Amino acid sequence: MIVMKDVYKKYPNGVVAANGINVEIGRGEFVYVVGPSGAGKSTFIKMMYREEAPTKGDIFINGINLATLRNKRVPYLRRQIGVVFQDFKLLPKLNVYENVAFALEVIEESPKQIRKKVNDVLALVGLTQKARMFPNELSGGEQQRVSIARSIVNVPKVVIADEPTGNLDPETSWEIMKIFEQINARGTTIVMATHNKEIVNTIRHRVIVVDGGMITRDEYEGVYGYES
Amino acid sequence: MKGYTVMKARTMGRHLRESLKSLGRNSWMTFASVSAVTVTLLLVGVFIVIMMNLNQLADNLENDVEIKVITEPAADAEAIKILEKQVRETPGVSEVIHATKDEELDKMIKSFGDELNLYKQSNPLGDAFYVKAKDPHQTAEIAKEIGTYDNTDQVVYGEGKIEKLFNVLKMSRNIGMGLILALLFTAMFLISNTIRLTIVARGREIEIMKLVGATNSFVRIPFILEGVWLGVLGSIIPMAVISISYYELYSQWEPRLQNELFQLLSTTPFILQVNGLLLFMGVFIGVWGSFMSVRKFLRV
Repeated sequence: MIVMKDVYKKYPNGVVAANGINVEIGRGEFVYVVGPSGAGKSTFIKMMYREEAPTKGDIFINGINLATLRNKRVPYLRRQIGVVFQDFKLLPKLNVYENVAFALEVIEESPKQIRKKVNDVLALVGLTQKARMFPNELSGGEQQRVSIARSIVNVPKVVIADEPTGNLDPETSWEIMKIFEQINARGTTIVMATHNKEIVNTIRHRVIVVDGGMITRDEYEGVYGYES
Repeated sequence: MKGYTVMKARTMGRHLRESLKSLGRNSWMTFASVSAVTVTLLLVGVFIVIMMNLNQLADNLENDVEIKVITEPAADAEAIKILEKQVRETPGVSEVIHATKDEELDKMIKSFGDELNLYKQSNPLGDAFYVKAKDPHQTAEIAKEIGTYDNTDQVVYGEGKIEKLFNVLKMSRNIGMGLILALLFTAMFLISNTIRLTIVARGREIEIMKLVGATNSFVRIPFILEGVWLGVLGSIIPMAVISISYYELYSQWEPRLQNELFQLLSTTPFILQVNGLLLFMGVFIGVWGSFMSVRKFLRV
């Protein structure tokens, strides 16, 4: 599903954010990416959806090599990947339904398909009743559910989440994790960067620790604790 | 792939809506850029109208240039005949009209008065040939050539005057062009600023579009369209003002210029051509202006 081979990334300002990363993530896996701030976690995540291209090395997503992918083809890669952020990235002037539908409109999906897919996915995240409400009328957890709904509405094979619970209180974080578990249960690969020790240690999955631009630990059923 | 199919009507409708919405959202910048385009195109239009008419005048004058060859008064009929043949055979000559010395004198009497009737007894003039060049620019060369033939007394043409006219035309054209280029640049700059504001205002939307896999052209097209609207809106007033004024000018002046060398270009197709050109320039400025912003601020 996701393969990184000797990935090296150096930013124009000289910072080396990835220094020889080798990793393989299988179909349907759920992976936590942990590590201190500024350790290359974000770059690791960003390279997967080609927000950043590697300086050296190869990254395969679903068989597509991102290192040689032409810029023009990036949109088609992104359609196979759902991305969720800490700050939700919703459009304040659109309601819940429209925010989710937006993701399909801009890839020119037909109106009939949009209606069906959006209603399905809103039911999945439990927001059918709030479809006509606007982001500022929702709680943080609900906003994040909208954002998750948007990321999976096009049925991607991979969902990449960058600190999805970073702005949420513990209780809400658990709710969000439940949704990710559901999505994962349907066979979608999930890669989640997080700082939430409790979640990582409770809902056990593979844990990849990124530090100094390298993978320092990679354990199935792992625990948080990169400090040790 | 799905994305490479021909753009759907629904998508185009969406782009149109988005681009028009932005115009309203940044109404002040829209107003500023439309005004800039309006002023620019007004000046361009006036300039074009003047230039085209002056060019036509220059053409008329050019075609009117002729060489007058005066023969030696003493030359006899035979010599004149030989000279005429020589003149006609000079390379580049298109037309030769022969006026006898009597005809020349009649012309003079007509312009200067009956006192000259005296000269009818013994005409001091020579015969004259009025020579036209195929290419008016060759006039000087042909005149020089003819001057070398036997039995020519004087060879005259509008020496220097035509050149001066051309120089003046060229200079005013250059000054006008410089001015217009500066204005075009200003208009483009304002448009690109307007588009930049739109891009900034819609930063989050663009970010999400890119994240969920909208193609680059899908992201760009609304901004390019917005530029097109700015250009089209800016060209409306200039087209109207120039059309109406020129029709007015033409109907006022045309009858008075009936027999003059200077003629106004007739309204059709001239006005249509000018309008087409103005609209084209408006759209061009708009597209180019927005293109600059899109390229700079929309790294897609």
